[in-house]
Amino acid sequence: MSAIYILWLREMKRYLRSRVQIAASLGQPMLYLLVLGFGLGPVFQRAGGGSYLQFVAPGVIGMTVLFSSIFSGLGILWDRQFGFLKETLVAPVPRLQIMIGRTLGGATVALLQGLLVTVVCVIAGFRPAHLSTAPLALGFMLLIATVFAGLGVAVGSSLQDMQGFQLIMNFMVMPIFFLSGALFPLDGLPKVLAVATMIDPLSYGVDGMRSVLLGRAHYGAMIDFEVLVVIAAVFIVFGAYRFSKIEI
Amino acid sequence: MIRVQNLLKTFGAFTAVNDVSFEVAEGEIFAFLGPNGAGKTTTIKMLTTLLKPTSGSMELDGLDPQVHQNEARRRFGIVFQDPSLDGDLTAWENMQIHGVLYHVPHKVGKQRAEALLKQFELWERRKDQVKKFSGGMKRRLEIARGFLHTPKILFLDEPTLGLDPQSRNQLWTHVKKVNEAEKVTVFLTTHYMDEADRVAHRVGVIDHGKLVAVGTPSEIKEQTKTESLEEAFLALTGSTIRDESAGSADQMRQFAKMWQGGRR
Repeated sequence: MSAIYILWLREMKRYLRSRVQIAASLGQPMLYLLVLGFGLGPVFQRAGGGSYLQFVAPGVIGMTVLFSSIFSGLGILWDRQFGFLKETLVAPVPRLQIMIGRTLGGATVALLQGLLVTVVCVIAGFRPAHLSTAPLALGFMLLIATVFAGLGVAVGSSLQDMQGFQLIMNFMVMPIFFLSGALFPLDGLPKVLAVATMIDPLSYGVDGMRSVLLGRAHYGAMIDFEVLVVIAAVFIVFGAYRFSKIEI
Repeated sequence: MIRVQNLLKTFGAFTAVNDVSFEVAEGEIFAFLGPNGAGKTTTIKMLTTLLKPTSGSMELDGLDPQVHQNEARRRFGIVFQDPSLDGDLTAWENMQIHGVLYHVPHKVGKQRAEALLKQFELWERRKDQVKKFSGGMKRRLEIARGFLHTPKILFLDEPTLGLDPQSRNQLWTHVKKVNEAEKVTVFLTTHYMDEADRVAHRVGVIDHGKLVAVGTPSEIKEQTKTESLEEAFLALTGSTIRDESAGSADQMRQFAKMWQGGRR
């Protein structure tokens, strides 16, 4: 148990020490929020969608949690590069504990980043429609964080070096983000796109957050919750399996 | 303390470690010498549970590291060929994590970490991030960390690679001190023959995966009728240069190809 805690603590310390990175990681969400939020606002309004800033804010929060959690999982690559991975793998601790410590740490970091962006959204003018259900958004953030921290660990365990990083970024992370409906409503999409969004786990995270924050949902909060729990379990098991197969 | 019998490791058609047998006594400093790609690191990886042997048996303090993986891991410390510290954390935090991972009781760990950091002359810098350390300081920290959980065996895989003579000298002085004070068995590899001559009680020379000589440095010199361990080493392993590529696995594959080509 203490091994899980100390590895979680390590992720926390590394996060809190990298102030520059924290600031840098706010750049992208702010661009989406402010430029798209205000830029597409008039068109979205005319199309009858209401305030685009309101609409896109949960998507931007979801995006932040996605990036942050998947990168923390991919941190295994960095640890491999700089050697710390070996220190943990040769220790008399079951690998599962090491994987859980890392994943929890990564998920917590992602949650903190999500909260930070939530604050930014509120400052920019985002107002939750239902204050009573708004705290549930935290649960959805945590679910998104767990799903993608697990996926990040699985992918990070499978790659040998940093070469594959760009590939992962362009063919996995960005598609997950763009297909999630973070930026556009999921109603009335062309068939192919509709199917693609349906297999994207982030769709359910963003939809869940929109549901509890704004009261507008495509799938419905309950379905979102159930789907996310199942996917989280699957990815954690998959991540743990891949992690157990790492060879130095 | 360490017993290896008929150890064999093959990667495809290439035999990295070929029927190696040796023993290391408790409290002994044993230097494992060999040219690049001879099988030193592969042997260490098998002994330290990171790699499964193709066949043969091993014993660490009476335990088979394959069967009793975690118990064996508690009994040894290892300093890898390349660094394994977390550069974003401080020296003290690196020690702390190691203590927890190796189940060292909190209080004992604190005392021991302090004593070791003082001994390895790092105590004043304990609150600095490791990425700000020099190469020699990082190595010292890794070795100090390796001793933290009072291992019975310490594996050092080319610990002085890339260090200046001062740091190398200091490092071995520290290792010898702990070896004498705590009766820790030390299993090391190095390319510096003078170091092996100075530090090791016994040496083993491995080439092309085969153990070609074992004995005290003077025995080996006598056996090869040479003046220094360096000459003895060259007499035993020849003077052809071995090229080493980045990853050890890649290196194995490359060697495999080379040898296959040579045979045809």
